[in-house]
Amino acid sequence: MGQAIAFYTLSAFILGFAVLVVSTKDTVHSVLFLVLDFLFVAALYVLLGAPFLAAIQVLVYAGGIVVLYLFVVMLVNLKRSPEAHHDPHRRARLGFVLAALVLIEVGAIAAYSAGGPVRPAAPQAPPTAAATAVSAMRAVGNTEEVGWLLYTNYLIPFEVASMLLLVAMIGAIVLAKREL
Amino acid sequence: MQYIWLIPLLPGLGALVNGLVGIRAFSRRTSGAVACATMIAALGVSLLAFWELLGLPADARAYDVTLASWIPAIPLQTQSGMGSLQVPWGFRLDPLSGLMILVVTGIGTLIHIYSTAYMAAEPRGGVARFFCYLNLFCFFMLVLVLGNNYLVMFVGWEGVGLCSYLLIGYWYQKKSASDAGKKAFITNRIGDWGFILGIFLVFYTFGTLDFRAVQNAAGAMRVESAGIGVLSIICLLLFVGAVGKSAQIPLYVWLPDAMEGPTPVSALIHAATMVTAGVYMVGRNAVLFSHAPTVMLIVAVVGVLTALFAASIGLVQYDIKRVLAYSTVSQLGYMFTAMGVGAFSAGAFHLMTHAFFKALLFLGSGSVIHAMGGEQDMRRMGGLKKYLPVTYATMVIGTLAIAGIPPLSGFFSKDEILFRSFEANKAIWALAVVTAMMTAFYMFRLLSMTFFGAYRGPAWEGAHRVGAHLAADPHDHGHAAAAHGAQDSQAGHGHGHGAWHGPHESPNAMTYPLMALAVGAIVAGFVGIPTALYGGNTIEHFLEPSFTAEEVRLKPDTTTETTTGTTTETATATGTLAATETTTGAAAVTEAESVRSVRLQPDQAPETPEAEESHALLELGLMGFSVLIAAIGIGVAWKLYVTSPEIADQLAERFAGAHRVLSNKYYVDELYDATVISGTMAGGRGLWAVDRNVIDGAVNGTGWVTIISSWFSGLTDRTVVDGLVNLVGRVVEAGSVVFRRLQTGLVQNYALVMLFGIFAFVSIYLFMRAGTL
Amino acid sequence: MITPTHYMLLSAALFIIGVIGVMVRRNIIIIFMSIELILNAVNINLVAFSREWQHAVGQVFAIFVVAVAAAEAAVGLGIILAFYRNKETVNIDEMNLMKW
Repeated sequence: MGQAIAFYTLSAFILGFAVLVVSTKDTVHSVLFLVLDFLFVAALYVLLGAPFLAAIQVLVYAGGIVVLYLFVVMLVNLKRSPEAHHDPHRRARLGFVLAALVLIEVGAIAAYSAGGPVRPAAPQAPPTAAATAVSAMRAVGNTEEVGWLLYTNYLIPFEVASMLLLVAMIGAIVLAKREL
Repeated sequence: MQYIWLIPLLPGLGALVNGLVGIRAFSRRTSGAVACATMIAALGVSLLAFWELLGLPADARAYDVTLASWIPAIPLQTQSGMGSLQVPWGFRLDPLSGLMILVVTGIGTLIHIYSTAYMAAEPRGGVARFFCYLNLFCFFMLVLVLGNNYLVMFVGWEGVGLCSYLLIGYWYQKKSASDAGKKAFITNRIGDWGFILGIFLVFYTFGTLDFRAVQNAAGAMRVESAGIGVLSIICLLLFVGAVGKSAQIPLYVWLPDAMEGPTPVSALIHAATMVTAGVYMVGRNAVLFSHAPTVMLIVAVVGVLTALFAASIGLVQYDIKRVLAYSTVSQLGYMFTAMGVGAFSAGAFHLMTHAFFKALLFLGSGSVIHAMGGEQDMRRMGGLKKYLPVTYATMVIGTLAIAGIPPLSGFFSKDEILFRSFEANKAIWALAVVTAMMTAFYMFRLLSMTFFGAYRGPAWEGAHRVGAHLAADPHDHGHAAAAHGAQDSQAGHGHGHGAWHGPHESPNAMTYPLMALAVGAIVAGFVGIPTALYGGNTIEHFLEPSFTAEEVRLKPDTTTETTTGTTTETATATGTLAATETTTGAAAVTEAESVRSVRLQPDQAPETPEAEESHALLELGLMGFSVLIAAIGIGVAWKLYVTSPEIADQLAERFAGAHRVLSNKYYVDELYDATVISGTMAGGRGLWAVDRNVIDGAVNGTGWVTIISSWFSGLTDRTVVDGLVNLVGRVVEAGSVVFRRLQTGLVQNYALVMLFGIFAFVSIYLFMRAGTL
Repeated sequence: MITPTHYMLLSAALFIIGVIGVMVRRNIIIIFMSIELILNAVNINLVAFSREWQHAVGQVFAIFVVAVAAAEAAVGLGIILAFYRNKETVNIDEMNLMKW
């Protein structure tokens, strides 16, 4: 029951801040709402039993990326908002139509999920040997488990991700340089 | 002896150096030195090779060297099935080519040395050019004589023709010189045409071009005593080539004109070597010719007629070099007469002696011209004896040699020819004797007009001291000066250094070769002293292997066995050329003589000793007769031109018609002009007209058609093709209106479209799911 | 009881908010932030199923998504800066150089 309360509370905050992120006129405020949003998502991760990911969410997203956004907002130094434009309602109407469509579809999915056998019959039976090993290590803790997976089965994707980050870093430096 | 390829290559190298570097960089002295050095080296190598050749046994005196392959085996149709044309750069040293290389390099060297002085007044590059040509000529001439097959010989043959052209036209600024060069070249072309056709037929008949193989194959064939067979046709074609190169009737006209070239050139090319190439070629093909008696007769007749004809023209010429030129034609006629009566050795012997004395005479005349500052007309010479003692002495020797006065070289060779033609055909002999008299006459006429009598030339500074009163005559003086002016360009070469100071002896570089040649003109005959004079006739035995096929030569023969020892001895003795005549017994050699006659005329029985005796007597008698004839000729010349010169003019007036005909060289040039040349010109003009009207018209018509059709094509291009292309463009443009609208460039639009797509897919998924449920 | 369906609905809602942000806003920085929201929606989904299936691989993928998001943010913001220097605006409607 407590878990349900926690979930609904967190969901409400997440969605609420998300709406604020999208709708606020002031960009700086938007960024700050984004930070809050990320923090609540991190809390949700804790609720889902993924404390390591929650830590990453706080450190990388809230601590790193959002600061980056803030820097950019400061650098760009907007005098007037780009939203003060002709026909501000043009996209808004479209947005409402889309939202209605999505609600219908989500509702349909929910309806089917309630009625049909969506979930697989044996969720506790991971198909691979690695997964078996992971299951055996569950007692050790979430962080070890993720680390174990990252450095064994997903070592190559992990290294590729590090390369991607390196490339992105160099690319960002090159793009941000004043004179190429 | 494998180094014989060096002999032609050395002068070739000299030509290359002088031609590539010398013309730009060498001084006169350097280019002359280069040319002379290569020639002296070639002479040295030739002497060495000849000495080694003499060291071989008489029957084995042939040495082939293949320098490189030239034409790889090409299958070609021949008379006896498919043959293979394969030609190497092969050189062959045998007695005949050995004799020729000695003549070419020996006389060539002397003339090179002579030229260094004679051409001294030429501009620097001109001297190098001259020596380049001269060396190149020697290169080709040596290739010609050393080639061991027809094609290599032909290379040399064409090469000497080219060099002859270049050297005749050496003073190319002078129209007459370049015209003479062209005349020589074109006339030679006619002969070369025959020669190369002959080569084709040789290959077709024998399937090879190697001299030795052809000789042996021809030796095995039947003598074509009656009618004309394939050998006769070959010989006739080859003889056409020889006629062109050696200036025989009817292609002799180029040789007198060739005197436009510098005098050393006349001496080397147009007297001593190149013009004898035809004789050499006939000798080289002696086996073929002796199998074609009909052609032999033609050769003899053409030869003797040329001899007589040219000698008669020579009687009345006044240009000193022209007299010598006609004399050369005449002497070449002698050689062909010898070839035609089967006396190949005698012909080659005369070739050699003639090379010496005619080179001597030409160089002597060059010395005279040099002394007279370019004057060539004998009417403006005279009395030069005291000014040019060396030239005079050597010229006398040369004149006596050519006139056939014993014991000079011309006597032996000419008498051998006369004797052999007497044996063969009395009519030919009679004509030859008349020619001999004429020869003696015109040569002494030349000598008298040049060196004896009073000086008739132009005056020079201080002329009164010499007392040339004729020159002091104002009229005569003006005439001479005008003539001298006409000769200006040549005077320029003869005496470029300052004003002309009267006739004077030439420098040492010119007189020493004259003396050397004079010695040659005296002693060259001693190698061929006939049997009748108790000589060995060494040269005949030496040359014999070159004129017979191997099979005939090597056939075991009872008569040869008895003479083998002596023949070998004779051959060995040839090494010491001077003292040969006494080494062999006369009887033994007469036997050898009979063997030779057996070889040449297989039907004839060997002669008895009594017949031998009468034979020798007859030869002696004929010798005496020809000497007498020569003496008569000399006497008449002396009478007409030295003691009482007025008789000559009276004779000329009395026989004005004949004199005019002779002076105009029988109008042969005019005849050729009127027939062959104007015919060719008319033909050429006709063809040109056809070319201009028909061919050019066709070409222009094609051009017009192309222009018009391309105009239409352009029009089509502009309207139809361009229209189609533009139409396609417009259609695409019109069709793209809708799609263009989609390309707003706004990222959000694209994202929106993407989103619609996602919704569409999700919707499809949901509907399908609804269907399954 | 909170089932994965709840998480999916939450995720979908967050996703839709993100999409609306991308579609509606003209400030490119906000659009980028909306994209971050979308990525977070995906992550919530992954982690939810990771728990449902008792398997950490979902979290591993979430980590990769975070890495990619970081890279995207770095490069994207670099592009925004470069664009802003040229055009003195961050209005996405003026980013129409790819237009026909």
